[in-house]
Amino acid sequence: MKFDLNNDKLYRMEHYNMNLTVKVWRQKNSKDKGGFVSYPVNNISSEMSFLEMIDVLNEKLIVEGGEPIAFDHDCREGICGNCSLYINGKPHGPWKANTTCQLHMRAFKDGDTIVVEPWRAGAFPVIKDLMVDRSAFDRIIQAGGYISVNTGNAVDGNSLPINKDLADASFAAAMCIGCGACVAACKNSSAMLFLSAKVSHLALLPQGEPERKSRVMNMVAQMDKEGFGACTNTGACEATCPKEISITNIARLNKEYLFAGLTSDK
Amino acid sequence: MTWKQVFTSSVGKKLVMGFTGIFLILFLVIHVSLNACIWANDGGKMFNAGAHFMGANVVPRILEIGLFAGLILHIIQGLMLELSNRSKRGIAYASDYGNRGSKWYSRSMGILGTLILLFLILHMSDFWFPNRAHQNFVLGEEIDLYAKMKETFSVLWVVIVYVLGCLSLGYHLAHGFQSAFRTLGVHNKRYNQMLTSIGYGFSVIITLAFAMMPLSFYLGWLN
Amino acid sequence: MLDAKIPSGSLDDKWTDYKGHCKLVNPANKRKLEVIVVGTGLAGASAAASLGELGYKVKAFCYQDSPRRAHSIAAQGGINAAKNYQNDGDSVFRLFYDTIKGGDYRAREANVHRLAEVSGNIIDQCVAQGVPFAREYGGLLSNRSFGGTQVQRTFYAAGQTGQQLLIGAYQALERQVALGNVKMYPRHEMLEVVKIDDKARGIIARNLVSGELERHFGHAVLLCTGGYGNVFYLSTNAMGSNVTAAWKAHKNGAAFANPCFTQIHPTCIPVSGDHQSKLTLMSESLRNDGRIWVPKKKNDERKAIDIPEEERDYYLERRYPAFGNLVPRDVASRAAKERCDEGYGVGTSKQAVYLDFADAIVRYGKIEAGKEGNDSLSIEEIIVLGKEVVKEKYGNLFDMYEKITGENPYEFPMRIYPAVHYTMGGLWVDYELQTTVKGLYCLGEANFSDHGANRLGASALMQGLADGYFVIPYTLGNNLAEDIYSKAIETTHPAFAAAEKVASERIEKLMSIKGKQSVESFHKRLGKIIWDKCGMARSEEGLKEAIAAVQALKAEFWSDVRIPGEINEMNPELDKANRVADFIELGELMCVDALNRNESCGGHFREEYQTEDGEALRDDVNYMYVAAWEYKAEHEWTLHKEPLVYDVVKPSQRSYK
Repeated sequence: MKFDLNNDKLYRMEHYNMNLTVKVWRQKNSKDKGGFVSYPVNNISSEMSFLEMIDVLNEKLIVEGGEPIAFDHDCREGICGNCSLYINGKPHGPWKANTTCQLHMRAFKDGDTIVVEPWRAGAFPVIKDLMVDRSAFDRIIQAGGYISVNTGNAVDGNSLPINKDLADASFAAAMCIGCGACVAACKNSSAMLFLSAKVSHLALLPQGEPERKSRVMNMVAQMDKEGFGACTNTGACEATCPKEISITNIARLNKEYLFAGLTSDK
Repeated sequence: MTWKQVFTSSVGKKLVMGFTGIFLILFLVIHVSLNACIWANDGGKMFNAGAHFMGANVVPRILEIGLFAGLILHIIQGLMLELSNRSKRGIAYASDYGNRGSKWYSRSMGILGTLILLFLILHMSDFWFPNRAHQNFVLGEEIDLYAKMKETFSVLWVVIVYVLGCLSLGYHLAHGFQSAFRTLGVHNKRYNQMLTSIGYGFSVIITLAFAMMPLSFYLGWLN
Repeated sequence: MLDAKIPSGSLDDKWTDYKGHCKLVNPANKRKLEVIVVGTGLAGASAAASLGELGYKVKAFCYQDSPRRAHSIAAQGGINAAKNYQNDGDSVFRLFYDTIKGGDYRAREANVHRLAEVSGNIIDQCVAQGVPFAREYGGLLSNRSFGGTQVQRTFYAAGQTGQQLLIGAYQALERQVALGNVKMYPRHEMLEVVKIDDKARGIIARNLVSGELERHFGHAVLLCTGGYGNVFYLSTNAMGSNVTAAWKAHKNGAAFANPCFTQIHPTCIPVSGDHQSKLTLMSESLRNDGRIWVPKKKNDERKAIDIPEEERDYYLERRYPAFGNLVPRDVASRAAKERCDEGYGVGTSKQAVYLDFADAIVRYGKIEAGKEGNDSLSIEEIIVLGKEVVKEKYGNLFDMYEKITGENPYEFPMRIYPAVHYTMGGLWVDYELQTTVKGLYCLGEANFSDHGANRLGASALMQGLADGYFVIPYTLGNNLAEDIYSKAIETTHPAFAAAEKVASERIEKLMSIKGKQSVESFHKRLGKIIWDKCGMARSEEGLKEAIAAVQALKAEFWSDVRIPGEINEMNPELDKANRVADFIELGELMCVDALNRNESCGGHFREEYQTEDGEALRDDVNYMYVAAWEYKAEHEWTLHKEPLVYDVVKPSQRSYK
């Protein structure tokens, strides 16, 4: 499902070189107004990753005396969640279930113009060029995205058997890398997929039970405070999520929220 | 967590939309069933009897207050949510994600809802206001609603507006039906698939049934 | 200079006795003590969270935008623990023994035994935090096997164990942030250690967003900054992983131990071209089911599937029948290099070997067919069933391989080649994880302590979390107990000003060079020198050449590097230049260390010292010590030796045959 090898749009097995135009958002700092600048990039191999293509462009800019494009990236293997980039109208570019760092240039063809924008959301202000501030996600986790257990409190790992299906579902939600593509894709700039992935991860496990109600309530309140929009179930987040976190988690969050709201004592 | 807090957060507001949405869906079922009486082809006898019951009996009248409350809540909350959601992006994207990740009507609930609201104003001024006014005997005898429909739907542009209104409603429901259940927390895969299918079916049936009414009169399918 | 402070008593009792007798700090006093934690990977996040829980005032720093992005997140395979849930003969002693042996007898017994002792607690702690480990249908934890061991003791969460463990630690950390016990400083990089009266009392950090230098006081400073694999330019480390914090500590008096002990992981995706910015690991767990081979004919141009079985050389199975494809990493890597050097490599670069799942697919397919009681299936149908099983087990890794290479590993064997993955060397620490600078501690990959000359799979996560959750809370308290009368020092103290001046002058110097070459190009050249001369195989001659080349590169860097932008703004190129400057200096020390160690052991393979059949030849008489280097001046270090005493394990020639 993730990969369709027969789809030659995604996979051109033969290697080729291409010349491209990259239209990038440049913004000096958070106060600068910013705007698009177009750069020609030549002789790009289809074997390169998208970020390596930007590396090539940056090297060229440095040697020519310009300023390189700032963008977030770190592990370059699709797991740290640091890379972002809204490429040709889609977070993380055209491939499904993919991060920008794992996008390879064989997704493009000679002569293409590629438009690269930062994540856009009021809650993710631009720091510089394509870098945005996603600390709102950390604050949402601080509001309750954990199980309160101090080091040394734990009992034996096997003392609590957990239904395999639940453990697997919990893992599927816990795979979220916190990249923010869901927010970038959502027309409402809602962080519900991110939030619901964490709520589901913990709500599906017996360890999460004691803080179940307060967790969902506090995390939703924090999301609102950070200035994210409300979810309208359009499904854009799920379609762009590099880890294919299911929108079902949002429904589960809604249930958790309703349950917590209805049974609250205060 | 006070009730106010529960229903004023982003999720709480959606819950309000979901609850009122499902309530309005139920109303649509009643509305469409009652109106379907026009196809009894008895010159509006059955239909008018139904309409009389709805207007004269105390139970539906009380329910009607609830209906209006729900409707107004749905409209105001919906418009406020739409406005608030639209303000969250800040700078707009230069290139659009478009239909690659979601359906156009899922993204256009606010616009569809507004269209429905405009249609509703027309629709209510056509039927509900005059009818209720007469049923309360303020303006004399109860009116013959069937005849009123016949008269209203003899004008082409009215019929077109009604059909368009029904289409807006249909697309609104195509997203709204299943979305409402998700919002209320139905997360089980099997039920979600079922509800999505039912939702599509429901929107098609409701749209067709309502749209057929003005058409039936205009095209002279009824005696 | 080196006092390892290993407690007396029998190996089994050392840690218990230590905990029973170490000094404690009462809760009221903990509130007055400030601790700086640099780096928030597994070691840093777990330490910061645990110390926060105890009541210390913690400040945690990371260069990423969030602690959740630390490179611990990329660990795939799993985490070892001596739980013996599988009833296959595992025990604390066996984990200890395997780790010592896997490290080729160059690790400290007491540290490793402690690591094995607390390994079980780590699993318990993580389960309690909600880490979704893989489970069996009965609801209990699942295990798999990993290289260098004969028991199944590896706990895992699909191919994302590091991610799940890090998120567990991250959540614990964020909880402490919410409670006000930890203050988090993301997008900050430590540039200097501040020493007052010979004690580490704070750091100078650069705010990477504003470019400002900040002073931070701490009664103690913990460096949890990971390894220095990026000295090779191409490695499986994250782009930002760096040695800067550890190197600054080194230049301020902390000894750097065994820098030449670097691990080359055998199963990575091969380099595809000059543009390559990093390498991607394929988890060692793949070696459970994949068979590694090369053609028997040199320069065989045929496609892998066209090469018949009898013309394939399953060289690991041939050379090491007892462990086969599951030999430790150093052995597997060297064997791959040996084959490629001999001309048996595959792919366009000829720098790759095959990792083949065809047999596993058929084997699993047959098992599935057997479960259904269906023995009339054709081989094609069996293969379909087998692919499903393989997909279930390794799906995400196969997807990743496919994305990067554009090849379908279900149909064609993967092409793999060794790549730099982990560094066993690091800052020298004693039993309490304190460096040779008082008050300065080092945890996780950044220290040298537990893996000797080679690390076994699934034990990096174990060590990081052991240090952070279960070791430092005790050992730090033991030392801070004497600090309860020390008031927090104002950052206006001259020592802070002096340290800040060092950092700012260096930055100004870098910016003023205004040369012609980019930072990246220097880094690439450094990587090539180190990889060629101080990589999988080293020789006296090569190392001498490398030292000269690195010294020349350093001079060139400091006269011709070009860094655009300004100082007082976000400037990723400047950050990179700071890091590469330190990597260059470290690269020299690595070669010096490798040159000093006239033996082959673990990841350090000196061509002059090998057995007749090409196995590493250790010299226990002359080199059974930790080489701790003290920085004296540019290009000048003093070697201090910490002899390794094996009370329990008898070092022997490591054999996996």
